[in-house]
Amino acid sequence: MDRQAIVDTVKHFILEQFLPGEDPDELATDTALMTTGILDSLATLKLVTFLEQEFDITVEAHEADAANLNTLDLIADLVHGKL
Amino acid sequence: MTLQRYLDETVARFPERAAVREPGGASVTYRELGELSDRLRDRLASMGVAPGDRVGIYLRKSIDTVAAIFGVLKTGAAYVPVDPSAPPSRNGYIFANCSVKVAITERRFEPGLRKHLSEEGAADTPLFVIDEAAGGAGLRAALDAADAATRAPRVATVHTGPDALAYILYTSGSTGKPKGVILTQRNATSFVDWCSETFAPAPEDVFSSHAPFHFDLSILDIYTPLKHGASLALVPEDIGKDPQKLARLIHDARITVWYSTPSVLSLLVQYGKLEDYDLSHIRTILFAGEVFPIVHLKALHALLPAPRYFNLYGPTETNVCTFFELPPAIPSERVDPFPIGMVCSHLEAVVVDDAGDEVGRGERGELCIRGASVTPGYWNLPEQTAKAYLTTGVGARDAAKGPWYKTGDVVTEETGGVYVYAGRKDRMVKKRGYRVELGEIESCLYRHPDVREAAVVAIPDDELGLKVRAHLATRDGGRLSVIALKGFCAQHLPVYMIPDVFSFHAELPKTSTEKTDYQALMRME
Repeated sequence: MDRQAIVDTVKHFILEQFLPGEDPDELATDTALMTTGILDSLATLKLVTFLEQEFDITVEAHEADAANLNTLDLIADLVHGKL
Repeated sequence: MTLQRYLDETVARFPERAAVREPGGASVTYRELGELSDRLRDRLASMGVAPGDRVGIYLRKSIDTVAAIFGVLKTGAAYVPVDPSAPPSRNGYIFANCSVKVAITERRFEPGLRKHLSEEGAADTPLFVIDEAAGGAGLRAALDAADAATRAPRVATVHTGPDALAYILYTSGSTGKPKGVILTQRNATSFVDWCSETFAPAPEDVFSSHAPFHFDLSILDIYTPLKHGASLALVPEDIGKDPQKLARLIHDARITVWYSTPSVLSLLVQYGKLEDYDLSHIRTILFAGEVFPIVHLKALHALLPAPRYFNLYGPTETNVCTFFELPPAIPSERVDPFPIGMVCSHLEAVVVDDAGDEVGRGERGELCIRGASVTPGYWNLPEQTAKAYLTTGVGARDAAKGPWYKTGDVVTEETGGVYVYAGRKDRMVKKRGYRVELGEIESCLYRHPDVREAAVVAIPDDELGLKVRAHLATRDGGRLSVIALKGFCAQHLPVYMIPDVFSFHAELPKTSTEKTDYQALMRME
């Protein structure tokens, strides 16, 4: 799977789950997600569960932080590196 | 007694016991903690800090931060801890508001703090900057560097009187700005002594430090183990939010006394995989700050049936003022949360009606508290301070015994002096244990150029416990991007105060007196 496909899949999930009614164009690949409360702690756990199931990867507990999950770019890098 | 004297006495009794531990393996003994805080005391004194001053602490949770707290106390000054994850504008405001003599911070926070101190007209506040707060090494290196330039002369620890300020904790304020609750040495030590009597700490205990140091739960964490030569296991901010890492830390640090908000325990029981660990070392579990949803409490109790469980209750203005020990078995048919319990031995409680007169047992009324741990008021806010205490009815009698603090919480008294929580009187809510004044969120939203009307309500939520919903009417009547709005809020509010949900309306509903109709908004999507 290429990186753009990962971005699209994760973006769709975040918009549907956590930003109902949002204009998809507002969610850029560099939009901060965790430090703005778009993803709270519970939403982050749901995202990690989704990433693990959707891409058949394992996200270690120490990876589930803003350094790896704060933007779509970072998430795509994390997932892409594990495929 | 003073908080700094607890440390001196424990240094003399247990010099080589571990005082504070970080998860990476770093730790300090009581002797080392005593020495490090002595050196900071000397440095602060050489920078002009004197008894009666305030010193800001803007550090991530670490051994360095605990040593910094005692370094400040030993000068006879009060410490003012702020949230390192909050916007620097908020922290700059707080330090300027109580005119700190010096602020202790880390290199990474220095530019933001300087900018905002300057905007608050406090640009000349001296900073003591640590490269990185971790393991005590950061503070030690900063002291070494300062000593290499000019040695700080040794000064004596100041043992202040019981009415001297010990710390100021800033909480959400209804005017849109945080307000500082001032706490004296007597306020703090009367509470810590009650903790000794109630939880019987031993030198072998390991207490958790989950709450951030700007939060009043930290007072129990920091000073109770310290008074008894026990250890404090620090939980840094990032691990504290991650249930799986947290479960591992509780196990690896062999924590015996756990204290946190119910939210954290709820996340631990749902996502922490607690069943994977032998946690038989935990002997006591304390929780406070909000109502513990009974479904998660039952699940936790089923996984960990052996420890004693206590529900602690109290606002920052009194610290814990009532407590309830759970029965050894939770009846499966129980659907209500547990009571907040009986008043602590160092305090008195009364339940009053709107006139300030005591209500009968079983009747609803506002809980008021007086005694040794009740705050003398808010920093530099004489009007809000005056309004905090009962002046009519019961409040007009026995003034010699000190004022009754009005908690703003509605309770009923059951038989045996046990209080049951019924709800908030005003608009302050607790979200994940944090006090959130809904008016402060509204003030922030009103700063947005496209917002015409804003009203924020808190609604019960199965998953989050409480959801904060912002109802907005925009200038052009349309919707705004939630992403952009959350980004805007993040510049002005700590992340836990950012609304979870935004709703857009042509205009907000009004009551007959043209006030925002919050009752209607509570029912609107």
